[in-house]
Amino acid sequence: MTTFLQNCFAGLALGSTYALVALGFVVIYKSTGVINFAQGGLLALGAYLGYTFSTNLAIAFGVAILLACASAALVGAGFERIVLRRMVGQPPFAVIMITIGLLFVLEPLITAIWGFDNLQVTNPWNIRTVEAGGIVFGVRDLWTIGLTAAVVVAFFLFFRYTSLGLAMRATAFDPEAALAQGISARRVYAVSWAIASALAALAGITMAAGPGGLTPSIGFIALAAFPAMILGGLDSPAGAVLGGIVIGLAEALTRGYQDQLFSWAGDNVSIIVPYLLMIVILLIRPYGLLGTKDVRRI
Amino acid sequence: MPKPHRNLVRDYAQDLRLFGSPMSKLGLVLMIAAFLVLPTVVQDDFWLSVLIYAGITAVGAIGLNLLTGYCGQISLGHAFFIGAGAYVTAKAGGDFGLPFPLWLLAAAAGGAVLGGLIGPFTLRLRGHYLAIVTLGLVFLGEHLWRNLDDFTGGNSGTSVDADVAIGPVNFADLSIFGESYSRNQGWFWLVWTLVGLVALLVKNLARTRPGRALQAVRDRDQAAEVIGVRAGRYKIGAFMTSSAIASTAGALFGSYQQFVSPDEWNLLLSIQYIAVIIVGGLGTVFGSVLGALFVGALPALIDRYSDVIPGVRTSVGDSGFISVFALNQAIFGLLIVLFLVLEPRGLAGIWLRIKTYFKTWPFSY
Repeated sequence: MTTFLQNCFAGLALGSTYALVALGFVVIYKSTGVINFAQGGLLALGAYLGYTFSTNLAIAFGVAILLACASAALVGAGFERIVLRRMVGQPPFAVIMITIGLLFVLEPLITAIWGFDNLQVTNPWNIRTVEAGGIVFGVRDLWTIGLTAAVVVAFFLFFRYTSLGLAMRATAFDPEAALAQGISARRVYAVSWAIASALAALAGITMAAGPGGLTPSIGFIALAAFPAMILGGLDSPAGAVLGGIVIGLAEALTRGYQDQLFSWAGDNVSIIVPYLLMIVILLIRPYGLLGTKDVRRI
Repeated sequence: MPKPHRNLVRDYAQDLRLFGSPMSKLGLVLMIAAFLVLPTVVQDDFWLSVLIYAGITAVGAIGLNLLTGYCGQISLGHAFFIGAGAYVTAKAGGDFGLPFPLWLLAAAAGGAVLGGLIGPFTLRLRGHYLAIVTLGLVFLGEHLWRNLDDFTGGNSGTSVDADVAIGPVNFADLSIFGESYSRNQGWFWLVWTLVGLVALLVKNLARTRPGRALQAVRDRDQAAEVIGVRAGRYKIGAFMTSSAIASTAGALFGSYQQFVSPDEWNLLLSIQYIAVIIVGGLGTVFGSVLGALFVGALPALIDRYSDVIPGVRTSVGDSGFISVFALNQAIFGLLIVLFLVLEPRGLAGIWLRIKTYFKTWPFSY
């Protein structure tokens, strides 16, 4: 029972990271209709910027997080402004490929600046743990879960009660009608990219502060957040959070019980569990758990 | 009565000719001449291997272009099918010792079957969802290749020991009229013959009824269905054909390299193929070949001249800020972005513009 709860906690921590990244995907998809494959690159960029701020410049960790999120947001909004704005009206394939292109430029850029070495981020949590009821909680994991919860709540409040949030919902619902009502679609697009990049950066830093440290492969986790987004439904923020947690739990539980239950499936089966889960769900519900069904009229 | 101008098209049959105008007939003759003569002129093993890899890439790219360029289905899973082809070859050509035409067919059939498994998804999912499912395919594939030890040799890879002889003609050890040729020379002819065959196959497919149906599905699948095109059937068909061609490319890759390992069939390979068709030109066979020559040859060239390019690190301890691998990746990324933003029709589009300029001369403006 303790092992099970321990695994569930690990899954929850992993799932919150997935949820942050998946939420970023959904924000961009909802307002611009684009899946942003570069999210992993932005995540890594945010993590490395956080490292620079907190370790190289010795800024307080909380401030470093904010600075890194802000810089990542600037990069995201800038990319939208310089490249993606030219692609309005192009087929989705072209736009997806542009974001893949960005990912493939960001990754080498990051390794060129920061190198391939494993870096340790100075952070207040370190590798401290708290024990309660026989379960060991990593302080960083608790913070990750807490921060995610706070950010998700803030995001939903922002979406629901601010005029910019309303503008974003309107643009997502019907871009042309929103434009006709005087909503600046350009601003909405730029803000979506900024929010998504900031979410990715937050996910990146919390991961980098973990015991594993910071390596260039950190952006890889964003690929595993794709199943989370698809599972919940491409256009549902709540679905992204739900999907993130489900995928995180599934992955951690598989890893925990690998030796007993899944040894026949080979090593590291937990890596592909998100994709398997996604494929099964898509065969049953093609638009995810909470996604809107694509109605096709003739 | 004087003959009409060579550019005048008077009926559909003329419009559908593969090599209609005298210029394109000349082009065909020149290409065949280059194909026959090149390996005897360029005998350097490095340059021949670059051309062979480019040819293998061209085969795979034509397959992907059929799926993405002609049928409009996004696939990030091309690497999976290429890997499958290589492993089928290792088994059929190496362990079972089947002759060349048979193992090539076996690889193609294996690819078609695997492509057919994606069928249910293509029916239910479109656009973004499909792209991500095929992305998952790459990871599932990598896991399979690493764990199906008997079939793939696991992490350490497997050697591919398939012979490439059609009857008495052995391409790996060619001798015609008492003249003997090196392995690379033979392989050049073999690979580019197959490029020609696959190009002809897809080109002909695009001219026929199924080909037009594919393009109708790409342009607007609902409208296509309304006018009586069975969109689902054509989507699955396109997936199967494209995967069969990809597996053929993988089979050639494996047996040329003689050794394959699971590290090769990753997302980067899929993206490289996408870069090839975007740079070459979506929806054109000629573009796939141009793109393969341009992008497919890049990694080898960068690897060879890495010591001349400033800032590139050739070994771990070396100075320089970017590794060869990272530079490759960055170049693929940049090419994709630049071509999509500036020239969405790719190299084939540029070629078309040049051609039109001369065709309409002196009224080209």
